[in-house]
Amino acid sequence: MELLLALVAGVLYATGLYLMLRRRLAQLIIGLSLLSNGSNILILSAAGVTRARPPLITEGVPLESFADPVPQSLILTAIVIGFGVLAFSLVLAHRVQQSAGSDDIDAIGPDSARVSSDTPDRP
Amino acid sequence: MLLALPILLPLLTAIVLHLLPQRSRLLRVVAFTGALGALGAAASIFVTVQRNGIQVLQVGSWPAPFGITLVADLFSALMIVMVSVIGVAVTGSSFAGVDPRREALGYHPLIQVVLMGVAGAFLTGDIFNLYVWFEVMLIGSFVLMSLHRTRAQLHAAFTYVGLNLLASAFLLTAIGLLYGQAGTLNLADLARAWPERRTPGLDAALSMLFLTAFGIKAGLFPLFFWLPASYHTPPAAVGALLAGLLTKVGVYAMIRVFTLLFPDPNASVYGVLLVLSAVTMVVGLIGALAQRDFRRVLSFNLVGHIGFTTVGLALWTPAALGGSILYVLHHMLVISTLFLLSGLFLRQRRTTDLSALGGMYRTQPAIAFLALIPLFSLAGVPPLSGFVAKVAVIAPMLDTGRYLLAAVALCVSLLTVLSMARLWEESIWKPAPVPSSASVPQRHLVVPLVAPIVFLVGLTIAFTALAGPVSSVTMRAAEQLLDRDAYVRAVLGEEVPRAAR
Repeated sequence: MELLLALVAGVLYATGLYLMLRRRLAQLIIGLSLLSNGSNILILSAAGVTRARPPLITEGVPLESFADPVPQSLILTAIVIGFGVLAFSLVLAHRVQQSAGSDDIDAIGPDSARVSSDTPDRP
Repeated sequence: MLLALPILLPLLTAIVLHLLPQRSRLLRVVAFTGALGALGAAASIFVTVQRNGIQVLQVGSWPAPFGITLVADLFSALMIVMVSVIGVAVTGSSFAGVDPRREALGYHPLIQVVLMGVAGAFLTGDIFNLYVWFEVMLIGSFVLMSLHRTRAQLHAAFTYVGLNLLASAFLLTAIGLLYGQAGTLNLADLARAWPERRTPGLDAALSMLFLTAFGIKAGLFPLFFWLPASYHTPPAAVGALLAGLLTKVGVYAMIRVFTLLFPDPNASVYGVLLVLSAVTMVVGLIGALAQRDFRRVLSFNLVGHIGFTTVGLALWTPAALGGSILYVLHHMLVISTLFLLSGLFLRQRRTTDLSALGGMYRTQPAIAFLALIPLFSLAGVPPLSGFVAKVAVIAPMLDTGRYLLAAVALCVSLLTVLSMARLWEESIWKPAPVPSSASVPQRHLVVPLVAPIVFLVGLTIAFTALAGPVSSVTMRAAEQLLDRDAYVRAVLGEEVPRAAR
């Protein structure tokens, strides 16, 4: 099980990083979400996988045989944060697409921008 | 309870700001009051820590390794004070006017959210909580940065978001691996238990992951490209907030985590960090000399000077670490002042392009003189704070026999002088390029815009005048950082360390 999870995490990291190196914003966002899922699986497998033993401690049973609840709560937190960040970057990408008419990094780059970067902030 | 105030006050202010009727005058007053309150809380934390040593708050009364702990040692307390000082200056500068659309979209609460995230990162004693505060601060800054719709600003925002999220993923990976080995997330507990369980291979991998994650946030050499690509686009006050605080959180986290978890000064990661710091200094300043825009020059200077703040960690002596802390404090103050100053140019000339600036010395000599102080302080001209900080960073290099490093740092200082002198000459001293009526100063707008700059410049002068006491405080902060046992005892109670090292 650990081996399988490790492989899955590795594949997710690799594909995520590969996609982040592409030029399209959509691919960058998909890469980011794969990367965050990869790190969630990594947390799960690094902390040790315990099968079918929920962390409900009963008396008289050694503590070692229960799953550790901390990595699960870490993953939950990370999923929530990752979801918020993903939603934000989707909106941002949508706005970039609207203003530039393309989601190619080169098309929206500062060199192609006809608008001055120094537009002042009006009072 | 006191320790939670720098987090709770901005949170409360942000909530109140959302609930109030959206009248800009009222919002600005409330935001400013909240920032003043946070400054008061930060000052009393500093006084308490100064008097009674490390302060600890177990949130929700969960005992140390199980709950989340807030810890303030001298380093944290100093950083918290600087955060709230910059918070006061930035919220104060909003009295000069904020873009109405920006204000309607939540400019004021977002600034409070960023301040809360930064304060949380400085106070937490739990490594996963540190990640969460990083995210709070990043989300706030993402939205602040992308409230505008010009294409360049959106592009900058995307670069910023993408690279910072990558850093977060690296940080999360490192935390996951660390938890898998050590079985705890509390920094003090990690400092106590981790050295027994470490294996050299994983140790190296983890330290490099942390270095990459914090290096991206701090803007270290091969990882800094997002910073000059994004910091010149938002309005000046936001630029001042982000430039003053966010990279310093990366530096702070690096110093905190490495002093606690990787206490072996001969580890290969410190060699890497030493080289990276030196290259960061050189590349940042050479980049600054190539730029033709006031804020882009500042962004590259910001990168270059990050090298000065991380080099103390790489040298691993109390004097070097103290010097770096002093440098962080000085740099936060001065770089924020300069970004606020760029707001003045934006307001009066509608640009920060150096070729379009100039003539200020003739029309507004008082402001020109005011600008001289932060510019020359960053350059390190004696007797200003930059000189004090540079001496504190470079002297330990000479003491430990790193002559090449000291030479690099001195050459970089010379480049900074060149860069700052050029900024002064181009933006203020030289005659105005077009003698247009548009550049006539708008007196009624200038006062609230200049007041925060005067406030920060005053603090820079105070910093200079009190250089002796300040550097003795930073030296004690550095000694506290290197005394890991004291930190562990303060957080986990008067328990004997599990194993003698």
